[in-house]
Amino acid sequence: MLSIRNLTKRFGGLAAVNDVSVEFGANQINAIIGPNGAGKTTFFNLVAGAMPPTEGVIEYKGQDLAGKSPDSIARLGVARTFQTTMLFEESTVLDNLIVGHRLRTESRLWDVLINSKRLKADEKRCREKAAETLEFVGLSHIGHRYIADTSQEERKRIAFALALATDPELVLLDEPAGGVNPEETDGLVDLIHKMVDHGITVCLIEHKMDMIMRIADKIIVLDHGEKISEGTPEQVKNDPVVIEAYLGKEDAEA
Amino acid sequence: MNRAIDFLLGSTMRWLLLALAVIFPLVTDNEYHIYVMALAFIWAIAVYGMNIITGYCGQLNLAHGGFFAIGAYVVAILTVDHGWPFWPAFLAAGLFGAVFGFVVGIVSLRLKEHYFAIFTLCVGYIIYLMIDKWEALTHGSLGIINIAPPEGFGLVDFTQTIPFYYLVLAFLALAIWLTRRISESLLGRTFRAIRISDDLAQSLGINLMRNKVLAFVISTVYAAAAGGLYAGVVRFIGPEEANFIHTFDMIAYLLVGGIGTLMGPLLGTLVITWLTQAVQSLEEYRMIVFGPMLVLLVIFFPRGIVGTFLGWRGRRMARQAPRKTRESRVEQSDPHGADSKEARNNA
Ligand SMILES: Nc1ncnc2c1ncn2[C@@H]1O[C@H](COP(=O)(O)OP(=O)(O)OP(=O)(O)O)[C@@H](O)[C@H]1O
Ligand SMILES: [Mg+2]
Repeated sequence: MLSIRNLTKRFGGLAAVNDVSVEFGANQINAIIGPNGAGKTTFFNLVAGAMPPTEGVIEYKGQDLAGKSPDSIARLGVARTFQTTMLFEESTVLDNLIVGHRLRTESRLWDVLINSKRLKADEKRCREKAAETLEFVGLSHIGHRYIADTSQEERKRIAFALALATDPELVLLDEPAGGVNPEETDGLVDLIHKMVDHGITVCLIEHKMDMIMRIADKIIVLDHGEKISEGTPEQVKNDPVVIEAYLGKEDAEA
Repeated sequence: MNRAIDFLLGSTMRWLLLALAVIFPLVTDNEYHIYVMALAFIWAIAVYGMNIITGYCGQLNLAHGGFFAIGAYVVAILTVDHGWPFWPAFLAAGLFGAVFGFVVGIVSLRLKEHYFAIFTLCVGYIIYLMIDKWEALTHGSLGIINIAPPEGFGLVDFTQTIPFYYLVLAFLALAIWLTRRISESLLGRTFRAIRISDDLAQSLGINLMRNKVLAFVISTVYAAAAGGLYAGVVRFIGPEEANFIHTFDMIAYLLVGGIGTLMGPLLGTLVITWLTQAVQSLEEYRMIVFGPMLVLLVIFFPRGIVGTFLGWRGRRMARQAPRKTRESRVEQSDPHGADSKEARNNA
């Protein structure tokens, strides 16, 4: 699905991602872990095209994404959520989601001026998609609510729904369970499984070790931009390099 | 249900305002007031343009007053120096606003946030300097007099205040109608996604540059058209039309009325215009009154008159409605949701 070779991103002298090569299989849950500042978000930014890599190849379904614009990558089926959830506070949940399917529509200014058939059909499609994804994340009952009146966990789900509205095949989730309590985390885990059940490949960044160990098919560990380990949760958990560089420290923090 | 109420309330308010605007010249016999109102409408048209790029799309364009001046000068130069009638010159002003907006847009919109704002501040100043210094074209600081008024038809004579008032009102209604079309469509949603964040919009497959330039060009056409109308009514313009003060006035109108709302630009423009009239005796000192007022407003009502009202009503309705909406929504979307999920599975 996603095959990354020698991916490097340097900011001045700092190599935020350093010569990382990894394969992510289709229809799996892949996790990227590592201490703060390890380069995880930067890794996502490179895959999603938010910034060009300094070096390396990002092969997605047989084509190189490196250097492509983020919007064209989104149209190729790569969606993402952000570490901090960004939504339009002054409107309702459903209203927020409608724009998510915009990239699959063709209406232009002219259609807007004459209120064309195509525009009406496109808007209908976007609305249906919004309702469908809201239903998928289990929030149909708050479609009318203002974003400002939703909880942190609901916002995370809305961000998922927005990403799903783009009709993605690969979804990059940056700390999807950040700032939500353990029961809510379980709910989000179920939701991530549901996404995979529907044929979506998931990549996620997370600090919650127990969650990662439970759901990931494959984990890669970044530290100072370098991949220091990869494998199944079992393999990573028992890798002495990881224990030294990361897990020990995390446990101490937690 | 919510949407139905929203729509009804929204459109009722619009029709009411339109009705008030239509009868206004009939209930006042003070021609000066009608003139002030017509000028306010012209500024409101320009503020609608600013609302598109700054309110909906989130890009603070500080050259907006410059584009207004450009529209005014295109009409002035073409009618006075080249003998064009008003209407073709007015069309040319809109066209020039679009072309110039496109050029400035593709350059300046590469910059983000305050860099964009500062860049457009410079563009605004360059426009002012060109108007002030390029005497062969613009008559420099002398200004241009005897600009052709809009040609009337039959008995309608637009050099008279009341017919001109209705002409401007018609353009204002067109501007509002167009803004509504845009804002309620996928295009408006696209602009608002960019306002939330460039990164978010791009991750949703939105081409930033194309959409920002489009919003920018729409806004400059509004500004240039407003400028063209302005030239046709005051019939004398000078470099002062490109003064920054106009851009900042428009920002104030937008903030007071409600940035990113449909009726905010009009209400904000009217409120400040008439307040200004009321405290005219204070002259320059009126800013001592307005300055603190604006600061308080931005602190306590950052969404302006219309935004605050809409927010209050929307959230109140959202709280009242949940049970009803929940039931009806589940009924509607359950079978449909299951269907489409199957479709996804099969695909
Ligand atoms: N746009 C940028 N310009 C310069 N340096 C950056 C930029 N983005 C990230 N960095 C640096 O790259 C390093 C990796 O940052 P990144 O955000 O990828 O870490 P992370 O693994 O996501 O951390 P966290 O767990 O805190 O989210 C950090 O040292 C950061 O300061
Ligand atoms: Mg991060």
